[in-house]
Amino acid sequence: MGNGMTRALVAPLVGNNPITLQILGICSALAVTKTLATALVMSAAVIAVLTLANASISLIRNHMPRNVRLIIQITIICSLVIVVDQILKAYAYGFSKQLSVFVGLIVTNCIILGRAESFAMKNSVGLSVMDGLGNGLGYGWILITVGAIRELLGTGKLLGQVVLPTAADGGWFEPLALMLLPPSAFFIIGFLIWAIRTWRPAQVETTEFQAQPVPEAGGE
Amino acid sequence: MMAGYLTLFVQAAFVENLALSFFLGMCMFLAVSKRMDTALGLGLAVLVVQSITVPLNNLIYGYLLREGALAWAGLGDVDLSFLALISFIGVIAAMVQIVEMTLERYFPALHQGLGIYLPLVTVNCAILGGSLFMVERNYTFPESVVYGFGTGFGWAVATCILAGVREKLKYSDVPEGLQGMGITFVVVGLISLCFMGFSGIHL
Repeated sequence: MGNGMTRALVAPLVGNNPITLQILGICSALAVTKTLATALVMSAAVIAVLTLANASISLIRNHMPRNVRLIIQITIICSLVIVVDQILKAYAYGFSKQLSVFVGLIVTNCIILGRAESFAMKNSVGLSVMDGLGNGLGYGWILITVGAIRELLGTGKLLGQVVLPTAADGGWFEPLALMLLPPSAFFIIGFLIWAIRTWRPAQVETTEFQAQPVPEAGGE
Repeated sequence: MMAGYLTLFVQAAFVENLALSFFLGMCMFLAVSKRMDTALGLGLAVLVVQSITVPLNNLIYGYLLREGALAWAGLGDVDLSFLALISFIGVIAAMVQIVEMTLERYFPALHQGLGIYLPLVTVNCAILGGSLFMVERNYTFPESVVYGFGTGFGWAVATCILAGVREKLKYSDVPEGLQGMGITFVVVGLISLCFMGFSGIHL
């Protein structure tokens, strides 16, 4: 049992990562990673919602009629997100403004509904909590990595603290403005996927077509 | 007056493209863009649903949920705006269902084409995102009509562009590991970079 718990927690970190392998929940992963701080807050919000949603859905899984389960799941997730949103508005108004609509969009984050449907509906509460936590952390570390890269290379700071003194302030570092623009998030995740798949070749997707070597040009 | 709406349309469709600059509807954007015909089908479905739900949610927010909006019913100091999220999701799910039934009844050919994509639209965050942006930016009703149509149009265009590139990409020799999703992300990044070029446009 303890073994299953550990597996449910650790497997989604790299082996079955929701972002880089299952390609779920990409929207917010890209949008809130402009700075490390917003990435941290967003990760915390998603981990909380994912764990609580998994726990509560697993708790009532035997009492749910099969054909209305999606509506029940969405309602539970939606209520949790409203709570998180209200808490952020009350205690961290600045972050709530920066994250703007993306807190609300946790509702449609496919990781959460996906885990509820594929895991929490079939497993015990303890396992579901572990699975929610694991998937949340797997999502979180990608978000934090991308956020750290973008903030460090885009402004030379981490969490607002100067790490690389910029040329404008008499240092040596020339900030890459591209890192603050949306396209850089796509590039970083693309290359992160490349790195993980080089490390774990089992995740490489099979090609539909194999490029054939071009035959030597013969005389016509 | 007209010029203002035109600017809003261009801004919604190109400058602030939901898929490429706000990353909304990404999961689906990546999942359906392998082939041109599926991309076109889902793009149209998003366009239709978005053009209906954003104005509808605008009315619901303006006349039922906003602080003081219930003054006409004698409940001037009731603020229901925290219910926005859950009612928008409900409206979207119901709207998708109604659109599907209407299409099935009156336009069977179109329903054949869009059928399997319509239910998927419910969980597309571009749809919910459009409504949430509409609230955040305080659009009036006519503005929300233009905004809904513009964002839906922009999303459909972006999906079709990506599908076109990916169809050609199948024949290229991509390094192992970057194969599949990796290269797709890089391509989306490049398209998004192109769309940044629209950002200076003022009409």
